[in-house]
Amino acid sequence: MPKVGVLALQGDFEAHRRALESAGADAVEVRTAAGLNEVDALVIPGGESTTMLKLIEAEHLFEPLRQFGQTKPVFGTCAGAILLAREVLSPQQQSLGLVDLTVERNAYGRQIDSRIVTLHPEPASHLPGNLEAVFIRAPIIRRTGAAVTVLASYGGHPVLIEQGRHLIATFHPELTPDASIHRLFLAKVTQG
Amino acid sequence: MRFLDEAFRLKSGLAEMLKGGVIMDVTNAEQAVIAEKAGAAAVMALERVPADIRKEGGVARMAPISKIREIMAAVSIPVMAKARIGHFMEAQVLEALKVDYIDESEVLTPADEEHHIDKRAFKTPFVCGARNLGEALRRIAEGAAMIRTKGEAGSGNIVEAVRHIRTIVKEMKQLTVLGHEELVAESKKLQAPLELVEWVAEHGKLPVPNFSAGGIATPADAALVMQLGAEAVFVGSGIFKSNDPEARAKAIVKAATYFKDPAKLLEASEELGVGMFGLDVAKLPESELLQTRGW
Repeated sequence: MPKVGVLALQGDFEAHRRALESAGADAVEVRTAAGLNEVDALVIPGGESTTMLKLIEAEHLFEPLRQFGQTKPVFGTCAGAILLAREVLSPQQQSLGLVDLTVERNAYGRQIDSRIVTLHPEPASHLPGNLEAVFIRAPIIRRTGAAVTVLASYGGHPVLIEQGRHLIATFHPELTPDASIHRLFLAKVTQG
Repeated sequence: MRFLDEAFRLKSGLAEMLKGGVIMDVTNAEQAVIAEKAGAAAVMALERVPADIRKEGGVARMAPISKIREIMAAVSIPVMAKARIGHFMEAQVLEALKVDYIDESEVLTPADEEHHIDKRAFKTPFVCGARNLGEALRRIAEGAAMIRTKGEAGSGNIVEAVRHIRTIVKEMKQLTVLGHEELVAESKKLQAPLELVEWVAEHGKLPVPNFSAGGIATPADAALVMQLGAEAVFVGSGIFKSNDPEARAKAIVKAATYFKDPAKLLEASEELGVGMFGLDVAKLPESELLQTRGW
């Protein structure tokens, strides 16, 4: 059973832990560089990207996280997507740059513009035809690099993408009972 | 179940994102920027921090719109704002302003002594204070998507927040061992809808995130209430009434993440000076308590 860490600095890491467990993984919370060494893959959850970034800086986790992502799979949702992107707008902020994307923060607006929608993923993704997606103060992916494959879009923008071993969702699959996206990530982990 | 419909999931979804974080009271853009830089997960816009409301007295209302706008423009994290208990018009104005969360708060002077705001009528999520499980479930039944302990705001004294989180956690534990006919009786005692009482009995927790507020002044205070079961903390006067707001804000953010790790807590507390001046809540006259507002 793959051992998957959830970066538990701030945000809905508990929801991810539950989703990973229901998808068949052994999930543990990671808060330190030593914790990273114990896991085969990492989820960066939803939450406030600025808060996580401050803690990553203060705890000197920036380089350990970057190095982890050079060889192991990372799955980021919402704030996690922002932290993994190459470039962040509105405002510009530092990021791990592991996935070749430009993302704009809070691009749908404020909380009142948060929404639940039905996605129709690309057939090649092998995901269910109708997928419920919860967007909360979500970012929008404004640019995708050549190595990025779009798995699902909403309103003309990619919302679920993969780049090699990494997976990114601008919404929150951890807040819906359907664990199919977490299973997709676990498949990447077990394939190595 | 009605309280878990789509609109409600979006509301409590944002509260999920704030878990493990610190929500800081701010009265202007400058403080909001300090809070964001220190790692606050959200800020709460208000006219005066609770310690000043307590000292100066008078009627405490929703913050001036110009101040809330200034704060919303200054930071990229969620901005919450307080409305008076029962003052649905202040809440409607805050919704039109598009604040991310509304706190129907006992810290402000209540506008209605019988009715809380009908929070289901709003698209904007609400947080409400509670001292016990009955109060928490009544607020959830009215549509609150997040609960925070009331503690005693502006006191700099953690004793009431501890009392309230312990009370709520214990009352929830007790429900989990009761039979169905006992839950029916308990629902009457708690003056809360049976479906919510049943939900808590089955899950052993609230159906919405459960945060703590009212008296948190140090990193150790924050870690204490989190070890007792709070999922995030609100810090009001504790930051901007101390002599070291920036360092203290940062230290409390670190404490909310590493609340189970005393070595990290020591690191977080190391550089700090003296916290805000605290009050002995037991010596406050009943009329000066904020926690007894709301019902």
